[in-house]
Amino acid sequence: MKQRDPELLLQHAPFLRQGMTTPTAMGDVLIALTPATLAGLWYFGISAVLVIGASIAGAVLTEIAFIGTERRGESLLDGSGLLTGLLLGLTLPPGLPMWMAFLGGVIALGLGKVIWGGLGNNLFNPALVGRAFLLATFPIAMTTWTTPDEAFWTFRATNFDIPFTYTEVDGITAATPLGLMKFEQQVMPLSNLFMGSTSGSLGETSGLLLILGGIYLYIRRDLDWRVPVSILLTVLVFSATLGLFDSERFPTPLFSVFSGGLLLGAIYMATDPVTSPTTPTGTWIFGIGIGLLVVLIRVFGGMPEGVMYAILLMNAATPLIDRFTQPRVFGHMRGDND
Amino acid sequence: MINLNPLSLFSGSFRHGVHPEHLKAQTQDLPIQRVPFGSNYVMPLGQHIGVPCKPMVKKGQRVRRGEQIASAGGFVSIALHSPVTGVVKEVGEFRTFDGNFSQAIEIEADAFATQEPNIGPAIDWESMNIEQFIQAVQGAGIVGLGGATFPAHVKFSIPEGQRIRYLLINGAECEPYLTNDHRLMLERPDALLMGAEIVRQKLGAEETVIGVELNKPEAIEAIKARIQPGDPVRVVSLEAKYPQGAEKMIIKTIFDREVPAGQLPRDVEVNVNNVSTIVAIADYFDHGMPLIERIVTVSGPGVGYPANLIVPLGTPVREVLKFCGGLKDETMEVIMGGPMMGRPIASLDAPVVKGCSGILAFTEGQTLKRKEFPCIRCGRCVEACPYFLNPARFARLSRARMFEEMKDYFVFDCVECGCCTFACPSAIPIVQLIRTGKDQLRNTQASAK
Repeated sequence: MKQRDPELLLQHAPFLRQGMTTPTAMGDVLIALTPATLAGLWYFGISAVLVIGASIAGAVLTEIAFIGTERRGESLLDGSGLLTGLLLGLTLPPGLPMWMAFLGGVIALGLGKVIWGGLGNNLFNPALVGRAFLLATFPIAMTTWTTPDEAFWTFRATNFDIPFTYTEVDGITAATPLGLMKFEQQVMPLSNLFMGSTSGSLGETSGLLLILGGIYLYIRRDLDWRVPVSILLTVLVFSATLGLFDSERFPTPLFSVFSGGLLLGAIYMATDPVTSPTTPTGTWIFGIGIGLLVVLIRVFGGMPEGVMYAILLMNAATPLIDRFTQPRVFGHMRGDND
Repeated sequence: MINLNPLSLFSGSFRHGVHPEHLKAQTQDLPIQRVPFGSNYVMPLGQHIGVPCKPMVKKGQRVRRGEQIASAGGFVSIALHSPVTGVVKEVGEFRTFDGNFSQAIEIEADAFATQEPNIGPAIDWESMNIEQFIQAVQGAGIVGLGGATFPAHVKFSIPEGQRIRYLLINGAECEPYLTNDHRLMLERPDALLMGAEIVRQKLGAEETVIGVELNKPEAIEAIKARIQPGDPVRVVSLEAKYPQGAEKMIIKTIFDREVPAGQLPRDVEVNVNNVSTIVAIADYFDHGMPLIERIVTVSGPGVGYPANLIVPLGTPVREVLKFCGGLKDETMEVIMGGPMMGRPIASLDAPVVKGCSGILAFTEGQTLKRKEFPCIRCGRCVEACPYFLNPARFARLSRARMFEEMKDYFVFDCVECGCCTFACPSAIPIVQLIRTGKDQLRNTQASAK
């Protein structure tokens, strides 16, 4: 009997792989952010679509423009540019002019990712690089918050400012919970923070939905649980400790966790694998560092919010943390590594 | 895979590693069968790690099954025996499974022979001293049958001043798909215990410890049922986790001792052998049967009838597959060994060798044609590496051709178990890059000498 031989592939072991791939991990993050994004739409209406859309467009177009044609397909395929644009959009105020959001997306991808050599090589979280640029360049627009209770189709006029102009608005602005706390000593009820009916960035207002997305990522094993857990625990403990000294002046621990961009930052930005340490010990140090910096900046800094700077500063420390937390190699003495 | 359970850090097992699916259901309940004798056998002279054997037969010479056909080429080498009764057809170059050529002896089986083995009586091992024992094991052609094929007698040669306290028998079988050790433990526990007792006494060890992964409860029970009270033997169940069967990992799991880098198990007073190796030793001392056949698991979705088979060494892979109903048309890949550390078979005409624990045929569903993405520094490889190395860094350094730096980060401690590559979401061929680095370093070292 003549047996027909199939054409055999010659590949290298291991022949089995676990299920997750980089594009599915990015896709999972997009799915996890969907509820919070929809909440942004619910509370801030059409403005949310415009701002987030402009930021995504800026990010993705920059990626297309700067990645060489031969690698363009795969670079877009991994979904990381889209994710950067979405994350940036979620940290922006609803009334931001679209051209600013677009520019933010361009800077996030251009200065945050492409010039470092593309995905995997950047030191800082690209979305936060974009936001830091916007906050430094357009401080008023970036801190003008509008109330979430407009009707869905009500446009915020400033969204349509023509490029390089900005209309100062008054009357419809509303301070964020952290701003109220810092400058007017008013405390927002926790239920509002939990559900999201406060003013703030598009994606940061609903603690509940952000946590749900985080749980989804944990179940899908896309998320290093140590990062959000260490950040949030540090913020809780540090706030509680400060509260012992002056409970009037310092926010309560739960308020600290649910207000501002802490949950968005802790669950979706600090966990960016590229810019966080690879070793488990390093991850704990990274998270604790962010937690301490967040509380310090919020309480003693000139601005009400500090999550962005806390993460960017710890991003900068990541290579050093990695270097000093390499585990002891099996069968070697501690210290052989150096 | 990231270990999500913080408590598991404190369990008895080694740390890190991965949890691939076991995939053993296809063959774990199938009794071991014997493959009928065929017509042509090719015995490569280098089926083991070390110096190749020296042929003792000439073209046209008649040989009987079990008769020695090649002698050891040095101390780290072994004797080779004919798997069949027949005529030497050729002594020359033959293709091996990886597509390279190797010196081999081709034997044409005698179609009219009964294939009764030409073997001696039981061997009086009790009166042997350790040197005679080592020579006997070398003369029986026995190598580590877990896959490494390191000559067994070399492991039994303990230098002056060292001693062995524990004989550790490795029945972990952590590779997915493979069930040959499982079936052997289940079907021949007496032979296993006999071989263990011979080796334990000759090495002067205090106790025999048999380590078996928890996913083989019947095997654990079968061995336990044969142990008499007072025997210096104990069976330890191990967490089913890859690479539990790696020598240094199983020692860590059972004795909580780390073999220092660059040293051997004997440096922590342990001698480790695979169950198949121990049974081969029992077969030799019990009825003089040298290593001329081995148990092979034939499995995977590309195989018609998966099986656990006793295969005479030198049988073409094609014949073994034919006995199992042939390859399905949609087969895309055939590998020798387990899916984590096995190697692809380039030619189905290549012979089964001593290190062949499995023949697996994969179809499209298992075949990986995954697209590679950039490293996103997720750290999954770092959390998978049982040696606590940093595989991602090795991959990066290897691509940058910075091989000397790889050495500084202990690349030679890597055993190429493949956990990092299994865990990598970006499908980076980390193990291959590490191998490249090691090869380059060895070449530079060799040319410097």
